[in-house]
Amino acid sequence: MFRIRGRRSAAVVAAVAAFAALTACGAKTNDSTAASGAGATIDTAGSSVKVGLLNSLSGTMAISEVTVRDSLKLAIDEINTAGGVLGKQIEPVSEDGASDWPTFAEKAQKLISQDRVAAVFGCWTSASRKAVKPVFEKNKSLLFYPVQYEGLEQSPYIFYTGATTNQQIVPGLDYLKAQGKTSLYLVGSDYVFPRTANKIIKAYAEANGMKVLGEDYAPLGSTEFSTIVNKVKASGASAVFNTLNGDSNVAFFKEYKSAGLTADKMPVVSVSIAEEEVKSIGTQYLAGQLTAWNYYQTTPGAANEKFVKAYKAKYGADKPTSDPMEAAYTSVYLWKAMVEKAGSFDVEKVKAASAVGGITYDAPEGKVTVDGPTQHIFKTARIGKIGDDGLIKEVWNSGEPIKPDPYLKGYSWATGLS
Amino acid sequence: MTTLQDPPIAPSAAGRSARRRFGPGTGSRAAAGFAVAAVVLFAVAPVVLGDFRLGLLAKYLCLAIVAVGIGLAWGRGGMLTLGQGVFFGLGGYAMAMHLKLADAGPGQLPDFMQLYGQLDALPWWWRPFTSPAFALAATVLLPMLVALPLGLLIFRRRVRGAYFAILSQALCAAFAIFLIGQQGTTGGTNGLTDIQGFFGYDLNDPINRRMIYFIVAAVLLAVLGVAWQLMRSRYGELLVAVRDGEERVRFLGYDPANVKLVAYVVAAGMAGLAGALFVPAVGIISPAMIGVVPSIEFVIGVAVGGRASLVGPALGAIAVAWARTALSERLPSAWTYFEGLLFILPVVFLPGGLASLTVFLRRRSGKKASA
Repeated sequence: MFRIRGRRSAAVVAAVAAFAALTACGAKTNDSTAASGAGATIDTAGSSVKVGLLNSLSGTMAISEVTVRDSLKLAIDEINTAGGVLGKQIEPVSEDGASDWPTFAEKAQKLISQDRVAAVFGCWTSASRKAVKPVFEKNKSLLFYPVQYEGLEQSPYIFYTGATTNQQIVPGLDYLKAQGKTSLYLVGSDYVFPRTANKIIKAYAEANGMKVLGEDYAPLGSTEFSTIVNKVKASGASAVFNTLNGDSNVAFFKEYKSAGLTADKMPVVSVSIAEEEVKSIGTQYLAGQLTAWNYYQTTPGAANEKFVKAYKAKYGADKPTSDPMEAAYTSVYLWKAMVEKAGSFDVEKVKAASAVGGITYDAPEGKVTVDGPTQHIFKTARIGKIGDDGLIKEVWNSGEPIKPDPYLKGYSWATGLS
Repeated sequence: MTTLQDPPIAPSAAGRSARRRFGPGTGSRAAAGFAVAAVVLFAVAPVVLGDFRLGLLAKYLCLAIVAVGIGLAWGRGGMLTLGQGVFFGLGGYAMAMHLKLADAGPGQLPDFMQLYGQLDALPWWWRPFTSPAFALAATVLLPMLVALPLGLLIFRRRVRGAYFAILSQALCAAFAIFLIGQQGTTGGTNGLTDIQGFFGYDLNDPINRRMIYFIVAAVLLAVLGVAWQLMRSRYGELLVAVRDGEERVRFLGYDPANVKLVAYVVAAGMAGLAGALFVPAVGIISPAMIGVVPSIEFVIGVAVGGRASLVGPALGAIAVAWARTALSERLPSAWTYFEGLLFILPVVFLPGGLASLTVFLRRRSGKKASA
């Protein structure tokens, strides 16, 4: 303790000395942003404005996050072709989060203080979002987060364009209840989203007369599911709620089918399987199973037709579009709408413009509106059935966009969850 | 490497070079080296680098502290420890737990516990960390206390080589899985994030972040000093002897288990210290930083730098971390290939690491002259 203290005072002396040196030869610092104090400065000089794209381009999450980066780039290209934002072209700066949370924090800081971006788009896992959240709050800079998540968060510097729990998980449960399912088995990867989602599911089940017969977690990336599937089979549950992520789904569904379980007997509702994942798991294992999202490639409407066509034209006809990709695409347009309403790239002015309300965009998923107070967006919940062609067909939707409620304050059964 | 056994550096050559480098009379040279390092770290870097780059350097220096410990255990002691993540994590979590509690304020629960844990009171094993003295001591002592019985068990049983490496690796995988499972009390995969203050200093203030850098740099120099003392002592000679001929040392009447244990425990303490400093420098500690992959990455830095020398591991760790950042900023989609290349080249062409570069060049020029 004493030694540390002594060391610290020595370090303080050294810091003061170095600071004196720094101010004495301040002109010599070749780092133009050395003087970045509190609050981000945005580089708006010149004919373009930079935005950051922060996605994992390597590591386990790359397979999903690269598609998000691609659709962000598509939106930016479209906006640039149409004349840009406030007369400025958007210049994307892409950084690799490398599926590693401290790297996400490092790159977020780099985008803000070195590139002086107007906003950052990206992150996928909750852990990466939690890692960058303090960075954006500290620098008073904006993040647009495009993935459905476990709720219970509301940062003043993050806009959440994916679904929160009452726009995805709760409607999924409502659907199962309406179908007469009375018991559930919960299977998930071992991280924050599944554990938190399952807590919400258990509270819902208890209030709605459903039984949760079991709850199992597999480590992220695990491919050993015989035990879990046997337990699921033995439980005789009327449906399975699946929050597994990535590769694990491949192994789980293969095992599920070989155990003789089918979508008719015991349907699986998945919340992390979109068109991209269906392709890699294989439709023969998935046909007939259910998913809960806010957008499918098959969602009707002119806006979606245009999006799907543009995406395939840019990246290849065999590339499907999915919910997180659509939410990412939409987030760029929402940012543009906010900036234009504010008449400025300034973060506080952009936030103020969105807080007034009325920021809308005709997104591929339908018209979305930003909810000023929570900085989430109104989204229509859609339950889909996976078809033999690998596409997901909507079998139910909520009829109108659901107001985001990240802390589930409007649900009596959810009191005590947050 | 014949599988995981050591070293392509000929034992006799290493011994000779060790004597040459650390024997009596080289104290002044070492002092000069320390002075140069101190000038670079305390005077040059803070002036040349902006706030953001200096923050990154602080992170690299934390990794360098771990590397010094690995250099001691692996380079000098021949114990290829692929599990330093555990000790790094213990130190990091000990520090982060205290800082989270300090952020929350007296009597309050940290934010993530309210979200995920639904706890009414602090778990018993969190309570001691409210005390700053306990937390600071724990950052170093806790990893050492874990390493002690573990090392005793392993080295008494004469587990070494590949078996030791696998064992250390399994340990850190288990530790990461344990932390993820206890989401309500450890933050799960998210880890402990959003750390605002450091013993009353606001970490959002750039001046305080600079202070963190100076603390990390000072600790690195101190750790290098400790390693230097250990390496040039009689104990250091014995450690190298155990690495090169464990049975011979045993027949001379020493217990190799105890010799190895000291290096292992000291390395664990250094890793813990590094983890503790990593938390204020980066603002996050999570199972992603302590699992199998980061543990291997620690070792890679050491291998690139040259495991058997004093400054090689530290320089290697800094160089590898810096290369990661620089490559990934310039080539966000393809940098991993170049990083892989960076590891392969030194291992194939420069088995002694970057630290042996001068020796390597001298020998080549010598060959040319004689040819």
